[in-house]
Amino acid sequence: MAFLEVKGIKKNYGSLQVLKGIDFSLEKGEVLAIIGSSGSGKTTLLRCLNMLETPSEGSFYLDGDLVYDAVRHIKANDAELRKKRLHFGLVFQNFNLFPQYNVKQNIMLAPKLLRKKALSAAKKELGKKRRIVFFYPMKGSKKSFYDLLKKEKARLLAEDKNFIEKLSDKADRLLDGVNLSEKANAYPCQLSGGQSQRVAIARALALEPDVLCFDEPTSALDPELTGEVLKVIRGLKSSSRTMIVVTHEMDFARSVADKVIFMADGVIEEEGTPEEVFGNPKSEKTKAFLLKAEDRI
Amino acid sequence: MSFAEVTLELLKGFAVTCQLFILTLVLALPLGLIIAFGSMSRFLPLKYVTKAFVWVIRGTPLMLQVIAVFYVPGLVFDLPMSSRMLAVLIAFVINYACYFSEIYRGGIESISKGQYEAGQVLGLTKTQIFFKIVLFQVIKRIIPPMSNEIITLVKDTSLARIIAVEELTRLSQDIVNVYGIVWPLFYAGAFYLVFNGLLSVLLSWVEKKMDFYKG
Repeated sequence: MAFLEVKGIKKNYGSLQVLKGIDFSLEKGEVLAIIGSSGSGKTTLLRCLNMLETPSEGSFYLDGDLVYDAVRHIKANDAELRKKRLHFGLVFQNFNLFPQYNVKQNIMLAPKLLRKKALSAAKKELGKKRRIVFFYPMKGSKKSFYDLLKKEKARLLAEDKNFIEKLSDKADRLLDGVNLSEKANAYPCQLSGGQSQRVAIARALALEPDVLCFDEPTSALDPELTGEVLKVIRGLKSSSRTMIVVTHEMDFARSVADKVIFMADGVIEEEGTPEEVFGNPKSEKTKAFLLKAEDRI
Repeated sequence: MSFAEVTLELLKGFAVTCQLFILTLVLALPLGLIIAFGSMSRFLPLKYVTKAFVWVIRGTPLMLQVIAVFYVPGLVFDLPMSSRMLAVLIAFVINYACYFSEIYRGGIESISKGQYEAGQVLGLTKTQIFFKIVLFQVIKRIIPPMSNEIITLVKDTSLARIIAVEELTRLSQDIVNVYGIVWPLFYAGAFYLVFNGLLSVLLSWVEKKMDFYKG
């Protein structure tokens, strides 16, 4: 079984069927480019994988484990969805950085909050133990138990401090990776579009998702800013990082992707290696689309 | 009555006014947020009940509400209001919470869906998204309309005199009635004016403080 298996994903909005059964698979470390005209369902597909939309039908597996199955999960609660979501990262077309936090805080916010949740659960557990010891009679002194609990709490706090330091280092590394070290303390309103998108990429990477998705990452950018973002995405390609990129940049798709999917009207019209899809398209729709895309330039 | 005596008397009234102002603000701000959630609820009965409630409260005079809160429990339920101040406070808190709720709602609905989605794909809970991402942006956006309401509240406290709460306006009027001098009325006006002036300075300072980012 492939690393990511997507089976029969359908999505309806009322009577409007946006995705009409999408199947594909992707190996670990591969880059998939999804191309197609507007309204073909590319973005909806990404949103389904990230659980921003719940697919009406279909399922997908990651590393052999079932992540989502419409039959079972269509009414999944928030907590369940949240856990599943963390397998995937998403970089938006219009960045969606948090304006009131500076660049580094934007990157650190989510890992910090996720950690906080785990920590408060652990603390609650300790409090519970303490109450049990307090209320139940037992042989010997209770003091040694209290000391033990105190030590445990101190350990948790130390661990937490350690975590924040590590996270800060990680944020610095990520910023360095997108060539924005000098902007760590800048606010999103002070960044150009290209810089904002690079921060958004670093923010998504901070959670180390199994599959990183890009939803038209350069569509909101000036042509001269597109290059710097594409360069960063190109640089992310490695044997361990699986990526799905919805894009209108044909040259980028051709040169970076291991696999290309052309979508039209909610179905996969054609898929294959970049050479196959761009060099020798079989479907008439693909041919027409690629001709038009070339026309633009 | 000498200037010093009038000052002393008016300061007593001003203390009551301040008390009413601060308590109303402290209680109505959080209550307004709760009402805002109610009016945005996806549970339709709650949504419509809340909206109807806000319509009634905003659609009738505050003075009438003060009178109603003071007399209705005694006359209808035989449970007379123990304190005039309490009656006024209840009426004010409910009234202002409804106005605040509409300001909150406007602020919350002005935040783009993308902010919520960004939080969601980063694995945050709905509560975390609201309190750590959305709320701050809402507060920044609603400070100007809130400032307006807060300044109106300072002046609305004078309505408490209708059920004989001895606040600033009431006391100044008493002096006029008893001693037949008019200037304490203007003096009382100066109290409001100065207080609102200070408040304006404070609010615009807060507004500036939050101006470290745009958007």
